[in-house]
Amino acid sequence: MKWDEFFVTGDPMIYGADVSIVLTMVGILFYLTKYKKWKWLWDEWLTTVDHKKLGIMYIVSAVLMLFRGGVDALLMRTQLAVPEAKFLDSQHYNEIFTTHGTIMIIFMAMPFLIGLINVVVPLQIGARDVAYPYLNAVSFWTFFIGAMLFNISFVIGGSPSAGWTSYMPLASNELSPGPGQNYYLLGLQIAGIGTLLTGINFLVTILKMRAPGMTLFRMPMFTWSSLVTMVIIIFAFPILTVALALMTFDRLFGSHFFTLQGAGMDMLWANLFWLWGHPEVYIVILPAFGMFSEIISTFSRKTLFGYKAMIWSMLLIAGYSFLVWVHHFFTMGSGALVNSVFSITTMAIGIPTGVKIFNWLFTMYRGKIQFTTPMLWSLGFIVNFVIGGVTGVMLAMAAADYQYHNTYFLVSHFHYVLIAGTVFACFAGLIYWYPKMFGYKLNERIGKWVFWVFTIGFNVCFFPQYFLGLDGMPRRVYTYSEESGWGPLNMVSTIGGFMMGIAFLILVYNMYYSFRYAKRETTGDAWDGRTLEWSTPTAMPPFYNFAKIPEVTGLDHFWRQKQAGKVEKLKAEDIKPIHMPSNSGVPFIMASFFFVAGFGMVFDWMWMAIAGIIGVFATLFYRSFEYDDGYYVSVEEVIETEKISK
Amino acid sequence: MMRRLKPFFTFGLLMAVFMLSGCSDMIVLDPKGPVGAEQRDLIMYSIWFMLFILLVVYALTAFIVYKYRDRKNHKGYDPDNEGSHLLETIWWIIPIIIVIALSIPTVKSIYSLEGPPEESKDQKPLVIHATSVNWKWVFSYPEQDIETVNYLHIPEDRPVLFKLTSADSMASFWVPQLGGQKYAMAGMETELYLQADEQGTYEGRNSNFTGEGFTNHTFDVLAMSDAEFDKWASETKADAPELSKGQYDKLMLPGHVKQMTFSSTHLDWVDHAKNPEYALDARERLGYEEKLPHSKAGKEEKKKREEEMKKLEESESHGDSHAH
Ligand code: HEM
Ligand SMILES: [Cu+2]
Ligand SMILES: [Cu+2]
Repeated sequence: MKWDEFFVTGDPMIYGADVSIVLTMVGILFYLTKYKKWKWLWDEWLTTVDHKKLGIMYIVSAVLMLFRGGVDALLMRTQLAVPEAKFLDSQHYNEIFTTHGTIMIIFMAMPFLIGLINVVVPLQIGARDVAYPYLNAVSFWTFFIGAMLFNISFVIGGSPSAGWTSYMPLASNELSPGPGQNYYLLGLQIAGIGTLLTGINFLVTILKMRAPGMTLFRMPMFTWSSLVTMVIIIFAFPILTVALALMTFDRLFGSHFFTLQGAGMDMLWANLFWLWGHPEVYIVILPAFGMFSEIISTFSRKTLFGYKAMIWSMLLIAGYSFLVWVHHFFTMGSGALVNSVFSITTMAIGIPTGVKIFNWLFTMYRGKIQFTTPMLWSLGFIVNFVIGGVTGVMLAMAAADYQYHNTYFLVSHFHYVLIAGTVFACFAGLIYWYPKMFGYKLNERIGKWVFWVFTIGFNVCFFPQYFLGLDGMPRRVYTYSEESGWGPLNMVSTIGGFMMGIAFLILVYNMYYSFRYAKRETTGDAWDGRTLEWSTPTAMPPFYNFAKIPEVTGLDHFWRQKQAGKVEKLKAEDIKPIHMPSNSGVPFIMASFFFVAGFGMVFDWMWMAIAGIIGVFATLFYRSFEYDDGYYVSVEEVIETEKISK
Repeated sequence: MMRRLKPFFTFGLLMAVFMLSGCSDMIVLDPKGPVGAEQRDLIMYSIWFMLFILLVVYALTAFIVYKYRDRKNHKGYDPDNEGSHLLETIWWIIPIIIVIALSIPTVKSIYSLEGPPEESKDQKPLVIHATSVNWKWVFSYPEQDIETVNYLHIPEDRPVLFKLTSADSMASFWVPQLGGQKYAMAGMETELYLQADEQGTYEGRNSNFTGEGFTNHTFDVLAMSDAEFDKWASETKADAPELSKGQYDKLMLPGHVKQMTFSSTHLDWVDHAKNPEYALDARERLGYEEKLPHSKAGKEEKKKREEEMKKLEESESHGDSHAH
């Protein structure tokens, strides 16, 4: 391999990126050394197995990925603002929309939600930790390393450019040569391991580690949605693992599963991809539904309306999510019967979704609605998500979809669902649980600015795209002609895109501002909450979460206790030594070996790949002979932490 | 609160105006044939339902949010109100009814689009094979024994049966004003019926991403009277050069070409629906090798291709491609 094939050269924007990457690295190294933070970084973060810290690391990574994916989005919108723009060329545009889509879904939305699940779910079920804390760290680090591997592609070797769907044979060696597509395969594969492990970990956690008295039908809605999500993950991710592995064989070892030669079947890839891909969409929407349920109920000061219906509708959606994948290729000529069946199953998903919308509305009915920022995001969700929902039903009507498919109508639809659903939920959840993570709230006034600028920008950006779609503008084109008449609406759309970018900057400013100036919380109950995570006496729960495991007597146990004026005070004699797992550097090291292996495979350097895989097995081997059963936190330390006066 | 919601209302109003004024300008809603018309009708039918749903949800949201906002002397607070069988049954049943109401015409349309349009069922459809190659379209008329590249002529008021396939990446054959798209895949043949009821030139394109040249992977459809079509076909058969195997192999190279016309078809020696490897083999025969897009070689290759494109465009504007 020559140097000009290793480093991406010749583009000033890429050189700019090179420089900023190097500068950031130097800056971080300098800071860590100057302020002697290396030990702190290693002890507190890199080796941690505390679910709250892992959650925070997930969220920080996701926010960074939102920035990366957002910059990609704005580059695309800039190119599309006017007809025949020369800002990006075709290859560059293709790489950008591919990385944008992949990063947003795999490395932003999912980790953001998994991060919030990590922080909140153990607290909500009254547990001290997750079922497998060490495994949890492995999950995080494999996700992180997968994301990093995918991200460096744009400066080393070149990014993938076959779309986040990577349809074959376009993604084959013959039509997409070079390392780009390998980055996609390996980055997703490594991160996917982490996701699958998370699925197993949280399934067991929720089923096995609930506080006494918390039956399944007393679980908070967010925990319920997480449980259902984990089940989907466990069924869906193995499909992705296999599909990616088969394509990796095709590209690296000359097999012919999906290729043009050797009786390969390109449609098999499309089927496998969407058999995972459609459930994936629900993996990023169900936790969002759970969050909105919590937030709407909290700020309406009212019990969730139709709790059981909410659960059943979620289970229905989860089941259906595996029965609709063909709607992504109605145009593949599967025949009238197949298309009819999948049209109807897809439309049927609208039914439980509609039920949920009405239940949220009636949660507010007869409530006392407070317009806090998390609540604003939730209201914004309802108003905008229904637009995504109804257009989804339109897309489900196969005969009509022949006209919408692969157009901006679709682009608009899925952004209405993903942004108004997932991204709004990420913001809402982040703001809602911020005091749990950092001990203070984000500033509400600045927060409202973020909400309005973002929401208006979002609609200005994506609403016109329905019309562009109906006017025949295909997705994934890097430019269009003046005569097409698509210029004005595209310009409007781009302006909206930049408004969202500005809102993101205000959000980041809000984090800085609140870090400096926000009033610190003194109790654990920043919003007058209903569920157990708000019942810890200190603003931020200590690493063992609960000094004494709560006993649950009903739904919204904490809220009812507060209403009855019977919140138990923690007494020194109730405290027993607490068993906790020890930190471990192994997950981080194992993930680093995954990086070596992945990087080697991307460039087809088998010596490096093998070295990395040996490293991974060595760490597994090491771990299996490690006799560390954790340690006990002494009663004195707990009393000290909880500030109980004797 | 109303003050806070104002941006929403103003925005909604603006969008509504946008939508109503723009409708007839959007080509999907302005079809020129029975297939597109059927789809337009289905789309409009669904839009009314969706507007109704939006209206109900928005009205209810506005009402509840306004009425139960937290304020001094707030009335009607009931913190334990946690469900109602009646209400919940209503909103399980109404969506079910809506889905049924949408399913019936959808299924009907799906079935009817499988065959030629109702109005011209008794006519024999014109068969055209459409083959996608990165990034051009090859159209073969087996009956007329002619072949065109990147444009096609069709008679009006007569169903056209397109037999779609691809020599390499998966493409999607789409002429929005005539009707919805279908995929063209190597090693497969899919069928699509379209029909034009008005004479004119329609833009067609590949709408499924196929890599670098995807954006310009387009073609023109010229709909004309039966007589004109027959005249064109017989003239083409008489005047246009024959397609040689060597020429066809060159078409297999990735890149754009201008419009071309031949008096024979490639179907005589290859059917990509049966032989998905043909294009790759042809590339190998010609010594073509795909370059890494970021390498020096890749950039030189790209420059070369861009220059060829420019030359092509110039020759096009001088009008020495084919005559319509
Ligand atoms: C600032 C907000 C955003 C803007 C302006 C934006 C813009 C865009 C644009 C211009 C495209 C390419 C359309 C095309 O050429 O076909 C695109 C594609 C896409 N976007 Fe976004 N986007 C945003 C946020 C998001 C988010 C939050 C997600 C997911 C959670 C997302 C998921 C996707 C996906 C999956 C694709 C398809 C990529 C592909 O075709 O391979 N986007 N977006
Ligand atoms: Cu889907
Ligand atoms: Cu096929």
